[in-house]
Amino acid sequence: MAVKSTFDFDQMLSSAREAYAEELLRMADEGLDFTFTYSDNVAPSSSAGKLVAKYPDRCFNFGIAEPDQVGASCGMALAGEIVYAQVMGPFLSLRSADQIHTDIAYNDVNVRLIGTHAGVTAGGGPTHNCIADLALYRAIPNLTVVVPADAAQCCKAIRQSYSFQGPMVIRIDRAGMPAVYADSDYDFTFGKAIQVLEGTDVTIISAGSPVYWSMMAAKKLQEQHGISVQLLDMHTIKPLDTAAILKVAGETGNVVTVEEHSINGGLGSAVAECLLENGFSGRFKRIGLPDEFAVLGETDAVYRYYGLDPEGIANTVFELLTK
Amino acid sequence: MKTVAPIDQQEVRRLEEICYRVRKGILTLVYNIGMGHLGGEMSMVETAVALYYRYMNFDVLDPHKPDRDRFILSKGHCSETLYTIFSDLGAYSMQYMIDNFECLDKSKFGMHTNRKYCPQVEVSAGSLGHGLPIAVGMALAGRKQKAPWRVFVMTGDGELDEGTNWEALMSGGHYQLGNLTLLVDKNRLQMTGPTAQVMNHDPLDKKLEAFGWDVRVIEDANDMMQVCRALDAVPQADPVTRKKPIAIICNTEKGHGVDFMAGNVKWHGGGLGKEDYEHAIDYVESQWERRKESWR
Repeated sequence: MAVKSTFDFDQMLSSAREAYAEELLRMADEGLDFTFTYSDNVAPSSSAGKLVAKYPDRCFNFGIAEPDQVGASCGMALAGEIVYAQVMGPFLSLRSADQIHTDIAYNDVNVRLIGTHAGVTAGGGPTHNCIADLALYRAIPNLTVVVPADAAQCCKAIRQSYSFQGPMVIRIDRAGMPAVYADSDYDFTFGKAIQVLEGTDVTIISAGSPVYWSMMAAKKLQEQHGISVQLLDMHTIKPLDTAAILKVAGETGNVVTVEEHSINGGLGSAVAECLLENGFSGRFKRIGLPDEFAVLGETDAVYRYYGLDPEGIANTVFELLTK
Repeated sequence: MKTVAPIDQQEVRRLEEICYRVRKGILTLVYNIGMGHLGGEMSMVETAVALYYRYMNFDVLDPHKPDRDRFILSKGHCSETLYTIFSDLGAYSMQYMIDNFECLDKSKFGMHTNRKYCPQVEVSAGSLGHGLPIAVGMALAGRKQKAPWRVFVMTGDGELDEGTNWEALMSGGHYQLGNLTLLVDKNRLQMTGPTAQVMNHDPLDKKLEAFGWDVRVIEDANDMMQVCRALDAVPQADPVTRKKPIAIICNTEKGHGVDFMAGNVKWHGGGLGKEDYEHAIDYVESQWERRKESWR
């Protein structure tokens, strides 16, 4: 049974980066004890900045030194703290890869790494693109990898992560993420995919902002071609909800994945592995960023260039079904 | 950190006897398991023994008690020194360690430390340059918790090539973590040659001072009296007051205590053959007898 989505609404943007820190502030106000580490990209006027101002004894700035921040977050967790660490995604995944692997995952500590600026949402070109992180995270044992579809779902993830045992990465965009869900009245459980749309012709599996773009693509496909799209929000990339994938793949026989990540090693690869190992023989297509350093431009323009906007997704799905 | 009476000769002799047992234990463990990093394991013995047997609030049989002092071995490849100390303190027999060393899914001990296999180990380590950032975080958590315990972290000197150490030296100095003590086991050799030639760090004391640390130097940290005088002088942990973190540069000799290993870069890592093992044990025992003679 699909949940109540914003399928029929105009796009409503909300920043997960702001929303998650507001949730942390609420949790702190409720008396929940945790530690917050951050880098030199938290503005005093932001929600995280307000958390820092209100709770200075539990918030620690590490400047521009992500490996030190991630390592120190491990040390805090080893001393019994639950640690939320906001790190800019490209520098979290690439510069701090050794610390994520060895300090956080191998030591198996309660650190929640909040990787911001997913995909090309940072702007500014490939040095600031976060397109290889999921490939890395998927290969690290013990690590739970969560990619919330929208800001409100990110808050659910933050809240639930408080009582979660073990290391976790939560991956969000730099700025506004379109709301996928009409309200918060739905079940969110780590490792359990959510069926956003019911459909019979093709299944789209997505995570993060691309869930909304896929939803809009589904609308176009229905209106323009009468194609009925089933949409799965795979908010937990690891552990992957393989049962849900196999169920929906069996129902439509056609699977497309959509992600703001390199097509190599991310959600699409994970789904492909699951399908092939379980005998799936239908049509399959990965939509994501191609194996090249992305062209320069505004975030929306870059995604449109690579067919990661609703129209591009709809065109790719239509081609797959009609070839 | 325990409150201790000022160091005296009797206490030094007690600790020297432990070092003698630990050196023999390390050799026996490495000989039997066929692998180790004897150079660095031998150079750090006096410092580690002083901490575990005199200064640290630590119970080897209750290793997770909340108020314990924390020792992070950042040079995690020197694990056999720790294992031997845990054994000598009564946690494990030598045979148990040999039987449970790197034996697939039954492993309790490995070449690099793992805190889940061996609960006396604070941090799973092995990749260099990780211990100091973790120690900074631990000390910050101690400050937040107003905890009485202190964090000790030991790095090698070659390990200081890794840039993360300098990030953490910066943050440790920035946060003025008076409850944090860094011990640099400066044995002056890294894997392929003298540290001064591979990648020079000197003047290390001035560099650490410039990063905001209270730097002390032990001229010979294989001399127990010198080690204890330095550690006696470390002030009690005060998690709240902001003051400089302490860095102790421990000048040591790689492979100290065994004639053919001392100062020889060849003994950074590897196993130990029967002949070398027997010679090393004989040498350590004869040195110990001579040491005791000198007390008479």
